[in-house]
Amino acid sequence: MTDELRPDERVSVALRRLYRAYGYRPYKVNKFEEYELYMRNKSFLTSEQILAFCDTDGRLMALKPDVTLSVVKNTRDSDGPLKLFYSENVYRVSRAGYGFREIMQTGVELIGPVDDYAMGEVLMLAARSLAAISGEYALDIADLNITEGILSAEPLGDGEKQEILALISQKNLHGLMALYGRLGVSEAARGWLSALITEYGPLRETLPRFEALGLPDACRRGLDDLRAVCGMLEAFGVGRVNLDFSVVNDMNYYNGLVFSGFIDGVASAVLSGGRYDRLMEKMGRTSEAIGFAVYLDQLERFAQKAQEPDADTLLLYDTDDQAQEAARAAQALIARGERVRVQRGAAVGLRCRRVIRMGEGGGEQ
Amino acid sequence: MKMMNIALPKGRLGDKAYGVLERAGYACPALREDSRQLTFVNEEAGVRYFLVKPADVAIYVERGAADIGIAGKDILLEYAPDVYELLDLNMGRCRMCVAGPKDFDDDHAHTLRVATKFPRIAARHFSARSREIELIHLNGSIELAPVVGLSDVIVDIVETGATLRENGLAVLEEIVPISARLIANKASFKFKREEIRALAERAQESLTAKEKAEVQGK
Repeated sequence: MTDELRPDERVSVALRRLYRAYGYRPYKVNKFEEYELYMRNKSFLTSEQILAFCDTDGRLMALKPDVTLSVVKNTRDSDGPLKLFYSENVYRVSRAGYGFREIMQTGVELIGPVDDYAMGEVLMLAARSLAAISGEYALDIADLNITEGILSAEPLGDGEKQEILALISQKNLHGLMALYGRLGVSEAARGWLSALITEYGPLRETLPRFEALGLPDACRRGLDDLRAVCGMLEAFGVGRVNLDFSVVNDMNYYNGLVFSGFIDGVASAVLSGGRYDRLMEKMGRTSEAIGFAVYLDQLERFAQKAQEPDADTLLLYDTDDQAQEAARAAQALIARGERVRVQRGAAVGLRCRRVIRMGEGGGEQ
Repeated sequence: MKMMNIALPKGRLGDKAYGVLERAGYACPALREDSRQLTFVNEEAGVRYFLVKPADVAIYVERGAADIGIAGKDILLEYAPDVYELLDLNMGRCRMCVAGPKDFDDDHAHTLRVATKFPRIAARHFSARSREIELIHLNGSIELAPVVGLSDVIVDIVETGATLRENGLAVLEEIVPISARLIANKASFKFKREEIRALAERAQESLTAKEKAEVQGK
C-alpha cells in the first residue's frame, strides 16, 4: 500500500501518526481568510505578496499564505492549553519571484504555558519529523533572548540591529567586523556577537562554551531555556541538535527559542519554527505559544525513486469483438495482484513489463 | 571525507580565487589546462570544481548544486541569495558607483533616469535617498546610456574608471565597495561542516600569507 504514496504523502502520513502519538489534535482551517489579517501582520509572513480576491459580498479575501495566523485567530485563551497539528496548502510567491505556488505544509502548534516540558516536546517532535524524512538530518536551534540580551545594552537603532542580525544569519564575520568600525558597539559585545557566528555545533558541547563567555544578565533566561531544552532532549533520546545562531526569525513575532531543520540532499531548510509569544500578544492573547511547520514541497525532488512501469501487463485488443474477452482477462490478472492496462491498437510511450495482444496465443484466449 | 562541489566564476576572478584554493591545498591541475571540460575533479583533495558564469555562482550555491562558491559582493547584493558568506577574499576589488556626465548636477526637478545591470542595488540606493527614479535595465555597455541620452546617470561597477573617462563620464557617488566572497550553501554547511570549515580556514591562512609576502615584497 505505502509504495503507492509519493515521498511527500508518505512523510505526511508518518508525521500525522507521530503527532497523534503525543496527543496532538488535527486542526482544519478555512482555505480563505480576510485579507486584513495578513495586512496587519505583514512581517510575520515570509513574503509580503498575497493572493487576494473579492468574495461574493465584496469583502477582500486571501488564499492563506500561512496557517499559524489562522490558528491563533480561531482559538481563544479560554480554550485552555491546546496541542494541534495541521496539514494544509498555503499559497506563496516562490523565492525566485516567478508567480505564486501552492505549498503543502504540515505543522504543530502548542498554545498554552510553554514550560521546559513543552519546549522539549515540540523540539523532539521537530527532530522526529526530520527523522521521518531522512536519517541524515540536522536541527539547528538558537535563542533570541541571547541575541537580544547582547544587543539591548548597546546604543543601536532598530535598523542597525536588523543589519547585525542579517550578518549573523549569513555567518558574515568580516561584515560584522567592518560594521563595528561604524557603530558604537562596546568591546565586550563585539566579542559576544562574534561568538554567535564562530561558535556552533552539537548543543551539548557548544552550550557550555556560551555559558563560559560571561554573557550579560539579560541573556540569563535564554541560557536557562537552552540548558533545560538540552536536558529534555536527552530525556527524549533525541540527537543531531545543533546550537547555531544563524537561525534568526523576526523578533517582532518570535521570542526565545527559534529553530530550523535541514535534510542532507535538500538545499534549503525544510522545517522552521519557534516560540511566538509576541505574535499572541499582538493578536490580543495572553497565552504563550510555540510551533513549527514542515515544508513538504521541498521533498518532491528528494529520494526520487527509479521510474516504475505504468503496468505489469499491457493488454492490447484490435476489434470490439475482443472487448469482453479483454475485460475478463484483465480481471483475472488483477485478481492475481498484477497491474494491467487495457488499450486498443498499439501502445506508444508506455513502460510495461510485458505485452499481450488479444487473439494471439498469449495463453489468455 | 565527503566530496565538496565548488562553483568558480569563469574569468580573471575565478583564476585568482582558484590560486588561493590551490595554495590552500585544494589543487586540481586539470583546471589550469585549456580545455572545454566543465567539471574538474581531484579525488584526493576531495573537491570537484565547475566553472560557471560569474552571475550564476550564487544560484548554484543557493540551490545546493555547489556546496561553496566564489561570488562578487555585487552579485550577493543584487540577488540576495539565502547563503552563508564565510570569507572576504579581498580580491577583485572595485566599487559600485553612480556615474554620469562629469558636470552632471542633479537638480531634483525631474525623475532621474538610471541605467544599470543592477536594478535592485540601484533601486535600494535611490529609495534610501527618497529620490524618484526610472530604472532602465541593461545587460551591457552601460556607459553608452548617458552618452546617447538613454539615461541621466548609471549605476555600475567601477574598477579603474578608465572606461568612464574615455566616454566623458565620472563617478558621482560611491555606493559600496565590492570584493569577492566565499559563500556556502546553508544545508551543505550542516552536513559537510568540518570540510567547509577546514577549507575556509586554510583559504584564510593562504590569503594572509600572500598579503604578508606582498607587504614584504614592496
